[in-house]
Amino acid sequence: MLRKKLAVLLATAMVAASIVGCGGADQAAAPAEEAPAAADDAAADDAAPAEDAADDAAEAPAASGDVITVGYAQVGHESDWRTANTQNYQDVFSAENGYELSLIDCDNDNAVQLEAVRNFITQQLDYIVIAPIETAGWDTVLQEAQDAGIPVIIADREIDADASLYDAWVGTNTKNEGVTAGNWLAEYLDGKEANILIIEGSVGASAALGRSEGFDEVAAQHSEWKILDHQSGDFTQDGGQEVMESFIKSYEGQFNVVVCHNDNEAYGAMDAMDAAGITYGVDGDVIIISFDATHDGLQYTLDGKINCNVECNPIQAAVVAEVIQKMQNGESFEATTLVNDEAFVAPGIESQYATTMTEEILAGRAY
Amino acid sequence: MSKLKSLTKKQLFLPIFSMLLVMLINVIYDIACGNAPLSFFQILIKNGVLYGRLIDVLNRGSEIAILAIGMTLVVSSSAGTDISVGSVMSLSGGFCCMLLAGYGVARANSYALPLWVGLLGGVLIACVCGLFNGFLVAYLNIQPMVATLILWSAGRAIGLLLCNSQIVYVRVPSFQVFGSYVGILPTPILIAAVCIAVAALVLRFTALGTFIQSVGINKKAARISGFNSAKIILITYVICGFCAGIAGLTATSRIYSADTNNIGLNMELDAILSVALGGNSLGGGKFNLAGSLIGAYTIQAITTTMYALGISSAQAPVFKAIVVILIVVLQADPVKDYFKKLSAKKAAKEAKAA
Repeated sequence: MLRKKLAVLLATAMVAASIVGCGGADQAAAPAEEAPAAADDAAADDAAPAEDAADDAAEAPAASGDVITVGYAQVGHESDWRTANTQNYQDVFSAENGYELSLIDCDNDNAVQLEAVRNFITQQLDYIVIAPIETAGWDTVLQEAQDAGIPVIIADREIDADASLYDAWVGTNTKNEGVTAGNWLAEYLDGKEANILIIEGSVGASAALGRSEGFDEVAAQHSEWKILDHQSGDFTQDGGQEVMESFIKSYEGQFNVVVCHNDNEAYGAMDAMDAAGITYGVDGDVIIISFDATHDGLQYTLDGKINCNVECNPIQAAVVAEVIQKMQNGESFEATTLVNDEAFVAPGIESQYATTMTEEILAGRAY
Repeated sequence: MSKLKSLTKKQLFLPIFSMLLVMLINVIYDIACGNAPLSFFQILIKNGVLYGRLIDVLNRGSEIAILAIGMTLVVSSSAGTDISVGSVMSLSGGFCCMLLAGYGVARANSYALPLWVGLLGGVLIACVCGLFNGFLVAYLNIQPMVATLILWSAGRAIGLLLCNSQIVYVRVPSFQVFGSYVGILPTPILIAAVCIAVAALVLRFTALGTFIQSVGINKKAARISGFNSAKIILITYVICGFCAGIAGLTATSRIYSADTNNIGLNMELDAILSVALGGNSLGGGKFNLAGSLIGAYTIQAITTTMYALGISSAQAPVFKAIVVILIVVLQADPVKDYFKKLSAKKAAKEAKAA
């Protein structure tokens, strides 16, 4: 009997461990709700260099008359953020722009992704772009690509491989997002005291680690700031709500800033504060900072409920195309290129670090 | 003394003792921090609603408690666990939101179909899942964990499919009621209370409880005695699915959206654990529903305690594991026997001395 019980317990524990492991990985990318509309608008609306790059991309191959073949080993389709990213690649590396894109959706399976890259090598494509699912285990396949003379660009996430094995890296930096949030808060508070509660993302997720690191770095420079507590809300609305409910009880009347690692957590935190009768946003007692800048998140920003929303930009293909064009023309290119992340603040707030939200910005968003 | 002894012999003594032990951690922490020692137990009315950590435990523990009802019956009848309940929660929430918002719509500010259609749809699809699980276990004799493994992985995926892989928001106040408040009381507490009351009444005033236990103790003997064992097992799985549906709708209403990736995630483990913490054997047969419910709220009390203590999220699983191990060990038969022997020896010594 006891043995049976033990076996069941052990089995449950193992299942638990495996699920927790998978869950973390799934949530590493930021979820959004809006299905991507035409990504062209976004490229135009976004950073100016992105637009230039798209133009370049359209012109250059037309001159040479060659079609550039590009293989993109995409992570999967786990969130709308990822879907927007895929759509963006399809739009930028289109036949009209002189490209032939082989996009493989690797469905969050590391083995599938390695196989996809090997296929690209056998097909002798001109360029390989990888959005790595796992950070480790890339040495062999990158070496194979190098031996075949195919330039490799690592996109979106980082990998643990010698920099000599790939040619360029393009992506966002979650730490920068944290720094932006911190800088904005410093500017907004202008020396006033801050008692900060942080609702973190999933433990160990790169987005959560980076955002914390960046924000903590700024917080360390401000002696008038105090981080009261930080807990993980697992990037979910329910998690954000539960953590906030507890924070309210532990630090009643002591906090004036809540930092949420994504928009979903912010919705939950707002619900919890509503229930306890705490006011937040531009006209409230508590300042809310959120990340992701999803469509709904920005709607709340526009409504003045989220003070500042820092985005993680999925519109990266134009920057990749720019790097590829430079390689194609034999020009020098940056080994690492950061895609511009933007921050948005509620109407009525002016900031050098962020754009003030308007109806037009919201209507022009791609995701 | 003898009263105390008879108290400790009750089956529910250890589960209740464990729950109080978990709450005691808060009292010790509060005293150590110089807070009011009983602040964990303080219940206030704030902003027109009940407010306090104890309310949080009851509120947040609702879903686990509802699941624990179904899980207890399944464990008792089939000597196995239904590991699909978390996924079924997600599927039921997803289906409900899809009905209410319309397929492919990511956010709705008004209902596409009446509210009751959505709720009924969510509960029905969960019952169908239960029926499917029950059929595999009862009629095809597939081991429960294997049979329910199918929906464990597929349920969430179907939910995602129904929601077009998006988080579907239903921003209509009447949909949010089930996860927020009625009057001063959090609605999930009320929903859980109704479920518990119905289950308790059915088990007390009908022979269903006896049937389930007889089948669980010896399936063959029960059949020979004239029970339709397979049918009874099937019924328990349908009840379990129904409970998962109710829990799923509650969880969905809390966040007024179908976050199919996360609703009910790992909740099956909490449900199984609450059955075990309640002093029930996972080997089937006799069961004690009250024990499972206390187990469910104990699990939530541990979570709430971790938040209250400000234990960092990275270390929280370790803390939770330690508490759970302690509770399970405390209830293990050899440990119980050891304490029994110890007290018997003591009694013998006292008798000698006298």
